[in-house]
Amino acid sequence: MAGNKPRGSSFSRNFSAASNTISQIPGLKHGPNGTMFLSSGIPDLDKILGGGFTLGSLVMVMEDPEAPHHMLLIRNFMSQGLVHKQPLLYASPAKDPRGFLGTLPSPMLSKDEKSRDRDAEQEKGLRIAWQYKKYFGEQNSELQRDGKSEYCNDFDLRKPLERHFYSGQQIDCISLQDSADLTTFHDRCSSFLSQTPRNDRNITCAGRIAIQSLGAPQCDFSDKECDMLSFIRSLKSTIRSSNAVAVITFPPSLVSPAFSKRLQHLADTLVSVKAIPDEDKELAKLLTGYQDMVGLLSVHKVARINTQVPTILEATTFSMKLRKRRSLILECLNQAPVDGSTGSSYASSSSCSGSSKTGAIDF
Amino acid sequence: MNVQLQNLLDDALGFVDDGGERVFLIEDCVETSGAFVLHHFLKHSLSPHSSDAVIFLSFSQPFSHYDRILRKMGCNLVVQRDNKRLIFFDMLMLDCLGREEGKTSEDLLLALYEKIHKAVEICSSPEGTRNITIIIDDVSLLEVAANCLPNLVLDFLHYCYSLTAQFGCSLITLNHEDIYSSSDEPSLLLQMEYQADVVIKAEPLSTGLATDVHGQLTVLDKGLRGCFGNSGKIRNFQFRIKDNQVSKLRPTNLEECRLSPLISHSAAAEIGIFDTS
Repeated sequence: MAGNKPRGSSFSRNFSAASNTISQIPGLKHGPNGTMFLSSGIPDLDKILGGGFTLGSLVMVMEDPEAPHHMLLIRNFMSQGLVHKQPLLYASPAKDPRGFLGTLPSPMLSKDEKSRDRDAEQEKGLRIAWQYKKYFGEQNSELQRDGKSEYCNDFDLRKPLERHFYSGQQIDCISLQDSADLTTFHDRCSSFLSQTPRNDRNITCAGRIAIQSLGAPQCDFSDKECDMLSFIRSLKSTIRSSNAVAVITFPPSLVSPAFSKRLQHLADTLVSVKAIPDEDKELAKLLTGYQDMVGLLSVHKVARINTQVPTILEATTFSMKLRKRRSLILECLNQAPVDGSTGSSYASSSSCSGSSKTGAIDF
Repeated sequence: MNVQLQNLLDDALGFVDDGGERVFLIEDCVETSGAFVLHHFLKHSLSPHSSDAVIFLSFSQPFSHYDRILRKMGCNLVVQRDNKRLIFFDMLMLDCLGREEGKTSEDLLLALYEKIHKAVEICSSPEGTRNITIIIDDVSLLEVAANCLPNLVLDFLHYCYSLTAQFGCSLITLNHEDIYSSSDEPSLLLQMEYQADVVIKAEPLSTGLATDVHGQLTVLDKGLRGCFGNSGKIRNFQFRIKDNQVSKLRPTNLEECRLSPLISHSAAAEIGIFDTS
């Protein structure tokens, strides 16, 4: 075991002043194994991932070409960063990425939340509670509403983010089309990340990088897979030694399978989004709440920094719904009650998510 | 009983006293990471009972990551590094996009090999009693650093294999099986599997996720070196990874294989021998 030398590091915990200041910084919280979390902007996703996105990690989102649900994730991620005054870097294949900032959602005001809770109370009375887990979540969410600065805000997707969140904020917007071979983009990212280095002194703030649709055909470098891999590898290395999180989305259907797998291995946290076809009668029979669903979100990998123990989630596929068409919630898939006359039961997600994972049973 | 289980993996991996000169290949996939096997090797090589040395080339994680993990397993990497039992090469930033002027990937890999050769020379004792282990984590990122030219990587690995013969050291590499499974032509992984003495595959259970069993490990020992009596054995374990150890659950035997799909089909198809121990 560790020797008897007077080396304090094996046995003492450094509960110095640093940890106290962290709890005062609104956007960050402590995680296991000496890591720290920052919020993804979606409260349900934070809960699923065990706290949020680990600082120093790379989050990859696999897009579905049929639906832009990855944009929801990016929007919430960026808005959360602006609300917490964290420096932000956004890159996309569009010619003018600044325009995207106008579509960021605004945090929900507290009075809207109270009316939502009251409605839930009224409905609770006469429901047959056969989906117990839905009700546990509501009790926990009320505890988080105390205190002015919340770790994770609920965002109202119908309201754009107010001007005052943008002023005085460092927001870099980069168009991927400008960088012919990713070197200029790489340099911009490096200089961005050098502002939030990781060292033993106190953390002042955390940075966020959002890269949308890396590998999309509009960019010149999209056929140079090795350059993209080198870039991601170097970004990951730089992020490991800084206090930032990068969320990168890429379209797996537009790149080669080997490249897609390499990116999946490079990711610390891997998530994929899938579209749900409208008016699918089979799915409507299979799942409850099908009409409200906009898509499916699957969590394939959860970041394991400083530990070798994998995080096994209770469920890996969640339905994305818009509560009152405003805020994004993620729910476990709930199987519809089995129809007595037909007498057969359904495996809930094997047909609808159509995932390539053979035999995975998700409820 | 527990001690017995703990030794099963050691036994399967051929951890006998005379444990030099073997080439291990660890394969894993996105669903199940095989890094825990690397940590196990690292801990075993740096045990206080021996004076073995480890040369670690890390392309995927920084030193602090391994330090924390091994600390929970009872091994202090910082101390080992100071004692020169561990030589850690942090290759995370090796040749990323901005290629150094005038240096090709070939030059970079050559320079890397020189470093390893020198490190092995420094570590090896004149009597040849010290076992040296070279660990590479992971080869797919080495390939990216080499500009995705698998031939360069193969040449580099060949040089490393020659080191095992010359100095009697062991080589342990990690690669990802699912990256190469889609290509039609003979892949880098196939070549690595061919060269390796022991192939260790980490896969998810065919039945899906489980909190108690994190996956299954298939160890194929080709017995090429002609010793240890392990010729052509396949062993299959289910494992659960904890912070300080990996619990190996009972290995399957032939009867159980027929009843449940616990042995991966590819391993069974490779060699028609089942180890019924």
